[in-house]
Amino acid sequence: MNPPALSPAATEAPPIEKVDLRAEFNEVGIGEVLDQLDRELIGLKPVKTGIREIASLLLIERIRKRMNLTSDVPTLHMSFTGNPGTGKTTVALRIASILHKLGFVRRGQVVSVTRDELVGQYIGHTAPKTKEILKKAMGGVLFIDEAYYLHRPDNERDYGQEAIEILLQVMESQREDLVVILAGYGDRMDKFFASNPGFRSRIAHHIDFPDYADDELLAIAELMLREMNYKFSADARQAFIRYISLRKTLPLFSNARSIRNALDRMRLRQANRLVADLDRVLTAEDIVSLEASDVLASRVFSKSAVT
Amino acid sequence: MRVTQGCFSFLPDLTDEQISRQVQYCLSKGWAVNIEFTDDPHPRNSFWEMWGLPMFDLCDAAGVLMELNDCRKVYGDRYIRISAFDSSHGWESQRLSFIVNRPKEEPGFRLERNEVEGRSIRYTTKSYAVDRPEGVRYGGK
Repeated sequence: MNPPALSPAATEAPPIEKVDLRAEFNEVGIGEVLDQLDRELIGLKPVKTGIREIASLLLIERIRKRMNLTSDVPTLHMSFTGNPGTGKTTVALRIASILHKLGFVRRGQVVSVTRDELVGQYIGHTAPKTKEILKKAMGGVLFIDEAYYLHRPDNERDYGQEAIEILLQVMESQREDLVVILAGYGDRMDKFFASNPGFRSRIAHHIDFPDYADDELLAIAELMLREMNYKFSADARQAFIRYISLRKTLPLFSNARSIRNALDRMRLRQANRLVADLDRVLTAEDIVSLEASDVLASRVFSKSAVT
Repeated sequence: MRVTQGCFSFLPDLTDEQISRQVQYCLSKGWAVNIEFTDDPHPRNSFWEMWGLPMFDLCDAAGVLMELNDCRKVYGDRYIRISAFDSSHGWESQRLSFIVNRPKEEPGFRLERNEVEGRSIRYTTKSYAVDRPEGVRYGGK
Protein backbone atom coordinates (compact mmCIF):
# COMPACT_ATOMS: atom_id res chain seq x y z
CA MET A 1 0.00 0.00 0.00
CA ASN A 2 1.18 3.51 -0.73
CA PRO A 3 1.80 5.70 2.26
CA PRO A 4 -1.36 7.56 3.15
CA ALA A 5 -1.44 11.15 2.07
CA LEU A 6 -1.32 12.84 5.42
CA SER A 7 1.27 15.49 4.77
CA PRO A 8 -0.13 18.90 3.87
CA ALA A 9 -0.17 19.86 0.19
CA ALA A 10 3.29 20.43 -1.28
CA THR A 11 4.59 23.86 -0.38
CA GLU A 12 3.56 26.33 -3.02
CA ALA A 13 6.12 27.64 -5.45
CA PRO A 14 6.86 31.34 -5.09
CA PRO A 15 4.99 33.52 -7.60
CA ILE A 16 6.77 33.85 -10.91
CA GLU A 17 7.44 37.15 -12.64
CA LYS A 18 7.80 36.27 -16.30
CA VAL A 19 6.24 33.62 -18.46
CA ASP A 20 7.27 32.32 -21.83
CA LEU A 21 3.86 32.05 -23.42
CA ARG A 22 4.99 29.69 -26.14
CA ALA A 23 6.67 27.34 -23.70
CA GLU A 24 3.57 27.41 -21.56
CA PHE A 25 1.38 26.74 -24.59
CA ASN A 26 3.52 23.79 -25.63
CA GLU A 27 3.83 22.41 -22.15
CA VAL A 28 0.09 22.17 -21.72
CA GLY A 29 -0.22 20.38 -25.05
CA ILE A 30 -3.31 22.31 -25.90
CA GLY A 31 -2.10 23.27 -29.37
CA GLU A 32 -2.19 19.61 -30.22
CA VAL A 33 -5.80 19.25 -29.14
CA LEU A 34 -6.83 22.34 -31.05
CA ASP A 35 -5.02 21.15 -34.18
CA GLN A 36 -6.69 17.81 -33.88
CA LEU A 37 -9.99 19.61 -33.59
CA ASP A 38 -9.22 21.50 -36.80
CA ARG A 39 -8.18 18.35 -38.58
CA GLU A 40 -10.92 16.02 -37.55
CA LEU A 41 -13.88 18.33 -37.40
CA ILE A 42 -14.89 19.74 -40.73
CA GLY A 43 -16.48 23.18 -40.94
CA LEU A 44 -17.93 24.47 -37.64
CA LYS A 45 -16.01 27.74 -37.89
CA PRO A 46 -17.82 29.57 -35.06
CA VAL A 47 -17.43 26.55 -32.79
CA LYS A 48 -13.69 26.38 -33.33
CA THR A 49 -13.35 30.10 -32.75
CA GLY A 50 -15.35 29.79 -29.57
CA ILE A 51 -13.25 26.93 -28.28
CA ARG A 52 -10.04 28.76 -29.14
CA GLU A 53 -11.23 31.75 -27.17
CA ILE A 54 -12.10 29.63 -24.17
CA ALA A 55 -8.77 27.83 -24.39
CA SER A 56 -6.87 31.14 -24.50
CA LEU A 57 -8.78 32.44 -21.52
CA LEU A 58 -7.99 29.31 -19.58
CA LEU A 59 -4.31 29.42 -20.53
CA ILE A 60 -4.02 33.01 -19.33
CA GLU A 61 -6.00 32.16 -16.21
CA ARG A 62 -3.54 29.37 -15.50
CA ILE A 63 -0.60 31.74 -15.79
CA ARG A 64 -2.33 34.31 -13.61
CA LYS A 65 -2.78 31.70 -10.97
CA ARG A 66 0.92 30.97 -10.98
CA MET A 67 1.67 34.69 -10.72
CA ASN A 68 -0.59 34.81 -7.69
CA LEU A 69 -2.94 37.16 -9.48
CA THR A 70 -5.90 35.24 -8.19
CA SER A 71 -9.38 35.80 -9.39
CA ASP A 72 -12.47 33.67 -9.14
CA VAL A 73 -12.50 30.42 -11.00
CA PRO A 74 -13.98 31.33 -14.37
CA THR A 75 -17.44 29.90 -14.99
CA LEU A 76 -16.99 27.17 -17.51
CA HIS A 77 -20.52 25.84 -17.88
CA MET A 78 -21.52 25.86 -21.52
CA SER A 79 -24.48 25.37 -23.74
CA PHE A 80 -24.23 23.87 -27.20
CA THR A 81 -27.11 24.58 -29.52
CA GLY A 82 -27.52 23.36 -33.05
CA ASN A 83 -29.46 21.12 -35.34
CA PRO A 84 -29.23 17.34 -35.14
CA GLY A 85 -25.96 15.83 -36.24
CA THR A 86 -23.85 18.98 -36.08
CA GLY A 87 -21.25 17.48 -33.76
CA LYS A 88 -22.27 18.70 -30.31
CA THR A 89 -21.38 15.50 -28.50
CA THR A 90 -18.08 15.12 -30.34
CA VAL A 91 -17.06 18.63 -29.40
CA ALA A 92 -18.07 18.07 -25.78
CA LEU A 93 -15.59 15.21 -25.59
CA ARG A 94 -12.85 17.45 -26.96
CA ILE A 95 -13.69 20.24 -24.56
CA ALA A 96 -13.27 17.84 -21.68
CA SER A 97 -9.78 16.95 -22.78
CA ILE A 98 -8.86 20.62 -23.25
CA LEU A 99 -10.14 21.47 -19.78
CA HIS A 100 -8.26 18.53 -18.35
CA LYS A 101 -4.99 19.48 -20.03
CA LEU A 102 -5.29 22.99 -18.66
CA GLY A 103 -6.06 21.68 -15.21
CA PHE A 104 -9.54 23.16 -14.91
CA VAL A 105 -11.10 19.78 -14.38
CA ARG A 106 -9.17 17.26 -12.38
CA ARG A 107 -10.07 13.98 -14.10
CA GLY A 108 -11.40 14.82 -17.53
CA GLN A 109 -14.07 12.15 -17.80
CA VAL A 110 -17.30 12.94 -19.61
CA VAL A 111 -20.56 11.69 -18.19
CA SER A 112 -23.20 11.93 -20.87
CA VAL A 113 -26.79 11.81 -19.70
CA THR A 114 -30.31 12.60 -20.83
CA ARG A 115 -33.48 13.24 -18.87
CA ASP A 116 -33.95 9.57 -18.04
CA GLU A 117 -30.80 9.37 -15.98
CA LEU A 118 -31.54 12.50 -13.96
CA VAL A 119 -35.25 12.45 -13.32
CA GLY A 120 -36.94 9.80 -11.19
CA GLN A 121 -40.23 7.95 -11.52
CA TYR A 122 -41.80 8.77 -8.20
CA ILE A 123 -41.56 11.19 -5.29
CA GLY A 124 -38.17 11.07 -3.61
CA HIS A 125 -36.53 9.25 -6.49
CA THR A 126 -35.18 12.24 -8.37
CA ALA A 127 -32.80 13.76 -5.84
CA PRO A 128 -30.71 10.63 -5.22
CA LYS A 129 -30.67 9.88 -8.93
CA THR A 130 -29.49 13.34 -9.91
CA LYS A 131 -26.94 13.39 -7.13
CA GLU A 132 -25.60 10.02 -8.15
CA ILE A 133 -24.93 11.32 -11.65
CA LEU A 134 -23.42 14.52 -10.29
CA LYS A 135 -21.09 12.51 -8.06
CA LYS A 136 -19.96 10.44 -11.01
CA ALA A 137 -19.30 13.57 -13.02
CA MET A 138 -17.31 15.32 -10.29
CA GLY A 139 -13.85 16.19 -11.50
CA GLY A 140 -14.99 16.06 -15.10
CA VAL A 141 -17.67 17.17 -17.48
CA LEU A 142 -21.39 16.48 -17.22
CA PHE A 143 -22.93 16.53 -20.68
CA ILE A 144 -26.72 16.81 -20.65
CA ASP A 145 -28.09 16.03 -24.07
CA GLU A 146 -31.47 17.47 -25.05
CA ALA A 147 -31.53 19.40 -21.80
CA TYR A 148 -34.92 20.98 -22.51
CA TYR A 149 -36.65 17.69 -21.72
CA LEU A 150 -35.78 18.36 -18.08
CA HIS A 151 -38.43 21.02 -18.05
CA ARG A 152 -41.98 20.01 -18.88
CA PRO A 153 -44.01 23.20 -18.83
CA ASP A 154 -47.30 21.36 -19.35
CA ASN A 155 -46.96 19.38 -16.11
CA GLU A 156 -46.17 21.42 -13.05
CA ARG A 157 -45.79 18.36 -10.85
CA ASP A 158 -43.11 16.96 -13.13
CA TYR A 159 -40.01 15.84 -11.26
CA GLY A 160 -37.75 17.50 -13.83
CA GLN A 161 -37.95 20.75 -11.91
CA GLU A 162 -36.41 19.05 -8.87
CA ALA A 163 -33.48 17.82 -10.97
CA ILE A 164 -33.04 21.34 -12.35
CA GLU A 165 -32.89 22.81 -8.86
CA ILE A 166 -30.23 20.34 -7.70
CA LEU A 167 -28.23 20.92 -10.86
CA LEU A 168 -28.34 24.68 -10.45
CA GLN A 169 -27.25 24.46 -6.84
CA VAL A 170 -24.25 22.27 -7.63
CA MET A 171 -23.34 24.28 -10.71
CA GLU A 172 -23.09 27.30 -8.48
CA SER A 173 -21.50 25.90 -5.34
CA GLN A 174 -19.04 23.45 -6.88
CA ARG A 175 -17.85 25.34 -9.90
CA GLU A 176 -14.30 24.13 -9.48
CA ASP A 177 -15.34 20.48 -9.29
CA LEU A 178 -17.61 20.15 -12.26
CA VAL A 179 -18.32 21.61 -15.69
CA VAL A 180 -21.84 21.22 -17.02
CA ILE A 181 -22.53 21.31 -20.75
CA LEU A 182 -26.14 21.53 -21.88
CA ALA A 183 -26.87 20.58 -25.44
CA GLY A 184 -29.91 20.63 -27.64
CA TYR A 185 -31.64 21.99 -30.69
CA GLY A 186 -31.49 25.78 -30.93
CA ASP A 187 -35.10 26.90 -30.74
CA ARG A 188 -36.08 24.50 -27.98
CA MET A 189 -33.04 25.45 -25.92
CA ASP A 190 -34.04 29.11 -26.23
CA LYS A 191 -37.46 28.24 -24.84
CA PHE A 192 -35.86 26.19 -22.09
CA PHE A 193 -33.59 29.04 -21.04
CA ALA A 194 -36.47 31.49 -21.18
CA SER A 195 -38.42 29.43 -18.67
CA ASN A 196 -35.35 28.72 -16.50
CA PRO A 197 -33.51 32.03 -16.19
CA GLY A 198 -31.28 30.48 -13.54
CA PHE A 199 -29.65 28.32 -16.14
CA ARG A 200 -29.06 31.09 -18.60
CA SER A 201 -27.26 33.26 -16.07
CA ARG A 202 -25.07 30.43 -14.81
CA ILE A 203 -23.83 29.53 -18.25
CA ALA A 204 -21.12 31.77 -19.58
CA HIS A 205 -20.43 30.24 -22.95
CA HIS A 206 -23.15 29.76 -25.50
CA ILE A 207 -21.86 28.09 -28.62
CA ASP A 208 -24.05 27.72 -31.68
CA PHE A 209 -23.36 24.90 -34.10
CA PRO A 210 -24.20 25.86 -37.69
CA ASP A 211 -25.50 23.43 -40.30
CA TYR A 212 -22.95 22.02 -42.70
CA ALA A 213 -22.63 23.21 -46.29
CA ASP A 214 -22.76 20.67 -49.13
CA ASP A 215 -19.01 20.52 -49.64
CA GLU A 216 -18.46 20.09 -45.90
CA LEU A 217 -20.88 17.17 -45.86
CA LEU A 218 -18.96 15.60 -48.73
CA ALA A 219 -15.70 16.05 -46.86
CA ILE A 220 -17.29 14.49 -43.78
CA ALA A 221 -18.49 11.55 -45.84
CA GLU A 222 -15.02 10.99 -47.24
CA LEU A 223 -13.47 11.24 -43.79
CA MET A 224 -15.94 8.70 -42.44
CA LEU A 225 -15.27 6.38 -45.37
CA ARG A 226 -11.54 6.63 -44.83
CA GLU A 227 -12.00 5.66 -41.21
CA MET A 228 -14.08 2.67 -42.28
CA ASN A 229 -11.54 1.78 -45.01
CA TYR A 230 -13.85 2.45 -47.93
CA LYS A 231 -13.68 4.92 -50.76
CA PHE A 232 -15.88 6.36 -53.48
CA SER A 233 -15.16 5.63 -57.09
CA ALA A 234 -15.12 8.80 -59.21
CA ASP A 235 -18.68 8.18 -60.41
CA ALA A 236 -19.92 7.41 -56.97
CA ARG A 237 -18.47 10.64 -55.69
CA GLN A 238 -20.40 12.62 -58.30
CA ALA A 239 -23.53 10.69 -57.47
CA PHE A 240 -23.04 11.36 -53.78
CA ILE A 241 -22.76 15.10 -54.40
CA ARG A 242 -26.17 14.90 -56.03
CA TYR A 243 -27.39 12.73 -53.19
CA ILE A 244 -26.42 15.36 -50.62
CA SER A 245 -28.18 18.19 -52.37
CA LEU A 246 -31.33 16.06 -52.76
CA ARG A 247 -31.26 14.69 -49.22
CA LYS A 248 -30.98 18.16 -47.76
CA THR A 249 -34.32 19.15 -49.19
CA LEU A 250 -36.07 16.16 -47.65
CA PRO A 251 -37.55 16.29 -44.15
CA LEU A 252 -35.69 14.87 -41.13
CA PHE A 253 -32.30 15.76 -42.46
CA SER A 254 -29.80 15.58 -39.61
CA ASN A 255 -26.48 16.65 -41.07
CA ALA A 256 -23.55 14.35 -40.34
CA ARG A 257 -25.80 11.71 -38.81
CA SER A 258 -27.80 11.40 -42.03
CA ILE A 259 -24.55 11.11 -43.93
CA ARG A 260 -23.39 8.33 -41.65
CA ASN A 261 -26.66 6.46 -42.10
CA ALA A 262 -26.50 6.92 -45.87
CA LEU A 263 -22.99 5.51 -45.92
CA ASP A 264 -24.09 2.53 -43.86
CA ARG A 265 -26.87 1.80 -46.32
CA MET A 266 -24.44 2.12 -49.21
CA ARG A 267 -22.13 -0.38 -47.60
CA LEU A 268 -25.07 -2.70 -47.34
CA ARG A 269 -25.90 -2.31 -51.03
CA GLN A 270 -22.27 -2.74 -51.99
CA ALA A 271 -22.03 -5.97 -50.03
CA ASN A 272 -25.25 -7.15 -51.61
CA ARG A 273 -23.96 -6.34 -55.09
CA LEU A 274 -20.71 -8.20 -54.46
CA VAL A 275 -22.43 -11.25 -53.03
CA ALA A 276 -24.91 -11.40 -55.93
CA ASP A 277 -22.14 -12.58 -58.23
CA LEU A 278 -20.59 -15.52 -56.42
CA ASP A 279 -18.41 -16.69 -59.30
CA ARG A 280 -16.38 -13.56 -59.35
CA VAL A 281 -12.88 -13.23 -57.91
CA LEU A 282 -12.75 -10.14 -55.75
CA THR A 283 -9.78 -7.84 -55.45
CA ALA A 284 -9.09 -5.56 -52.51
CA GLU A 285 -10.01 -2.69 -54.80
CA ASP A 286 -13.50 -4.13 -55.36
CA ILE A 287 -14.06 -4.50 -51.67
CA VAL A 288 -13.08 -0.99 -50.65
CA SER A 289 -14.80 0.95 -53.41
CA LEU A 290 -18.37 2.08 -53.44
CA GLU A 291 -19.73 2.37 -56.98
CA ALA A 292 -22.18 4.86 -58.41
CA SER A 293 -24.88 2.18 -58.50
CA ASP A 294 -24.62 1.78 -54.72
CA VAL A 295 -25.34 5.46 -54.32
CA LEU A 296 -27.98 5.77 -57.02
CA ALA A 297 -30.09 2.93 -55.63
CA SER A 298 -31.06 5.21 -52.77
CA ARG A 299 -34.73 6.02 -52.46
CA VAL A 300 -33.79 9.70 -52.34
CA PHE A 301 -33.26 9.57 -56.10
CA SER A 302 -36.40 7.65 -56.84
CA LYS A 303 -38.49 10.17 -54.91
CA SER A 304 -37.02 13.12 -56.75
CA ALA A 305 -37.69 11.32 -60.05
CA VAL A 306 -41.36 10.90 -59.20
CA THR A 307 -42.02 14.45 -58.12
CA MET B 1 -12.52 9.87 26.16
CA ARG B 2 -11.57 9.95 22.51
CA VAL B 3 -12.86 6.95 20.58
CA THR B 4 -10.11 5.33 18.56
CA GLN B 5 -11.46 3.07 15.85
CA GLY B 6 -10.28 2.50 12.31
CA CYS B 7 -7.37 4.16 10.58
CA PHE B 8 -5.80 7.43 11.69
CA SER B 9 -7.78 7.61 14.91
CA PHE B 10 -4.70 8.25 17.03
CA LEU B 11 -3.88 11.25 14.86
CA PRO B 12 -5.53 14.64 15.13
CA ASP B 13 -8.83 14.78 13.23
CA LEU B 14 -8.29 14.85 9.48
CA THR B 15 -9.03 18.06 7.65
CA ASP B 16 -11.35 17.99 4.65
CA GLU B 17 -8.33 18.29 2.40
CA GLN B 18 -6.78 15.21 3.99
CA ILE B 19 -10.06 13.31 3.88
CA SER B 20 -10.45 14.05 0.23
CA ARG B 21 -6.95 12.81 -0.54
CA GLN B 22 -7.62 9.58 1.33
CA VAL B 23 -10.85 9.14 -0.57
CA GLN B 24 -9.05 9.83 -3.81
CA TYR B 25 -6.64 7.06 -2.93
CA CYS B 26 -9.56 4.66 -2.43
CA LEU B 27 -11.14 5.70 -5.72
CA SER B 28 -7.85 5.24 -7.55
CA LYS B 29 -7.86 1.66 -6.32
CA GLY B 30 -11.39 1.15 -7.60
CA TRP B 31 -12.95 0.69 -4.17
CA ALA B 32 -16.54 1.69 -3.48
CA VAL B 33 -16.67 4.39 -0.84
CA ASN B 34 -19.41 4.43 1.81
CA ILE B 35 -20.46 6.92 4.43
CA GLU B 36 -21.79 5.49 7.69
CA PHE B 37 -22.92 7.05 10.95
CA THR B 38 -23.88 5.95 14.43
CA ASP B 39 -24.35 7.23 17.96
CA ASP B 40 -23.34 3.98 19.62
CA PRO B 41 -19.58 4.17 19.83
CA HIS B 42 -19.00 0.70 21.34
CA PRO B 43 -16.11 -0.95 19.50
CA ARG B 44 -18.15 -4.12 19.01
CA ASN B 45 -20.99 -2.20 17.36
CA SER B 46 -20.60 -3.28 13.76
CA PHE B 47 -23.98 -1.99 12.63
CA TRP B 48 -23.45 1.58 11.61
CA GLU B 49 -26.17 3.09 9.49
CA MET B 50 -25.42 3.99 5.90
CA TRP B 51 -25.80 7.48 4.52
CA GLY B 52 -27.22 6.86 1.07
CA LEU B 53 -25.93 4.08 -1.08
CA PRO B 54 -22.36 2.90 -1.59
CA MET B 55 -20.73 5.14 -4.17
CA PHE B 56 -19.61 3.15 -7.19
CA ASP B 57 -17.99 4.48 -10.36
CA LEU B 58 -16.83 7.79 -8.95
CA CYS B 59 -13.79 9.50 -10.44
CA ASP B 60 -13.21 12.29 -8.02
CA ALA B 61 -13.38 12.69 -4.26
CA ALA B 62 -15.45 15.87 -4.54
CA GLY B 63 -18.56 13.72 -4.91
CA VAL B 64 -17.89 11.93 -1.63
CA LEU B 65 -17.13 15.18 0.14
CA MET B 66 -20.44 16.56 -1.10
CA GLU B 67 -22.29 13.64 0.50
CA LEU B 68 -20.18 13.84 3.65
CA ASN B 69 -21.06 17.48 4.12
CA ASP B 70 -24.74 16.67 3.63
CA CYS B 71 -24.41 13.94 6.24
CA ARG B 72 -22.67 16.27 8.65
CA LYS B 73 -25.51 18.75 8.30
CA VAL B 74 -27.98 16.13 9.52
CA TYR B 75 -25.86 13.99 11.85
CA GLY B 76 -23.09 16.38 12.82
CA ASP B 77 -23.48 15.33 16.48
CA ARG B 78 -22.70 11.67 15.80
CA TYR B 79 -19.80 9.55 14.68
CA ILE B 80 -19.42 9.45 10.91
CA ARG B 81 -16.94 7.21 9.18
CA ILE B 82 -15.86 6.60 5.65
CA SER B 83 -15.22 3.05 4.57
CA ALA B 84 -13.93 1.66 1.31
CA PHE B 85 -15.05 -1.70 -0.02
CA ASP B 86 -12.86 -3.68 -2.40
CA SER B 87 -14.97 -5.94 -4.61
CA SER B 88 -12.06 -7.54 -6.41
CA HIS B 89 -11.74 -11.30 -6.30
CA GLY B 90 -9.85 -12.54 -3.27
CA TRP B 91 -10.61 -9.46 -1.19
CA GLU B 92 -14.34 -8.85 -1.34
CA SER B 93 -14.20 -6.99 1.91
CA GLN B 94 -13.61 -3.65 3.51
CA ARG B 95 -10.12 -2.30 2.92
CA LEU B 96 -10.11 1.01 4.73
CA SER B 97 -12.23 2.72 7.33
CA PHE B 98 -11.69 5.93 9.23
CA ILE B 99 -13.70 8.30 11.38
CA VAL B 100 -14.36 11.69 9.81
CA ASN B 101 -16.71 13.24 12.32
CA ARG B 102 -17.17 12.82 16.07
CA PRO B 103 -19.37 14.40 18.75
CA LYS B 104 -18.01 17.40 20.64
CA GLU B 105 -18.23 15.56 23.96
CA GLU B 106 -17.28 11.93 24.13
CA PRO B 107 -18.26 10.67 27.58
CA GLY B 108 -16.32 7.44 27.26
CA PHE B 109 -16.90 3.96 28.70
CA ARG B 110 -17.36 2.41 32.08
CA LEU B 111 -16.11 -1.01 33.04
CA GLU B 112 -18.77 -3.24 34.61
CA ARG B 113 -17.79 -6.12 36.83
CA ASN B 114 -20.22 -8.96 36.94
CA GLU B 115 -19.62 -11.33 39.87
CA VAL B 116 -20.40 -14.90 38.92
CA GLU B 117 -19.85 -18.28 40.55
CA GLY B 118 -17.13 -18.41 43.15
CA ARG B 119 -14.86 -15.44 43.06
CA SER B 120 -14.94 -15.15 39.22
CA ILE B 121 -15.61 -11.80 37.66
CA ARG B 122 -16.78 -11.08 34.12
CA TYR B 123 -16.02 -7.73 32.66
CA THR B 124 -17.96 -5.70 30.17
CA THR B 125 -17.57 -2.18 28.80
CA LYS B 126 -20.54 0.11 28.42
CA SER B 127 -20.64 3.48 26.77
CA TYR B 128 -22.04 6.23 28.99
CA ALA B 129 -23.61 7.70 25.87
CA VAL B 130 -25.96 4.74 25.34
CA ASP B 131 -27.64 5.35 28.69
CA ARG B 132 -29.69 7.90 26.83
CA PRO B 133 -32.09 6.95 24.05
CA GLU B 134 -30.92 6.79 20.48
CA GLY B 135 -30.88 10.16 18.73
CA VAL B 136 -30.38 12.27 21.88
CA ARG B 137 -27.14 10.71 23.07
CA TYR B 138 -24.85 13.55 22.13
CA GLY B 139 -26.92 16.58 22.93
CA GLY B 140 -29.36 16.02 20.07
CA LYS B 141 -32.83 17.41 20.44
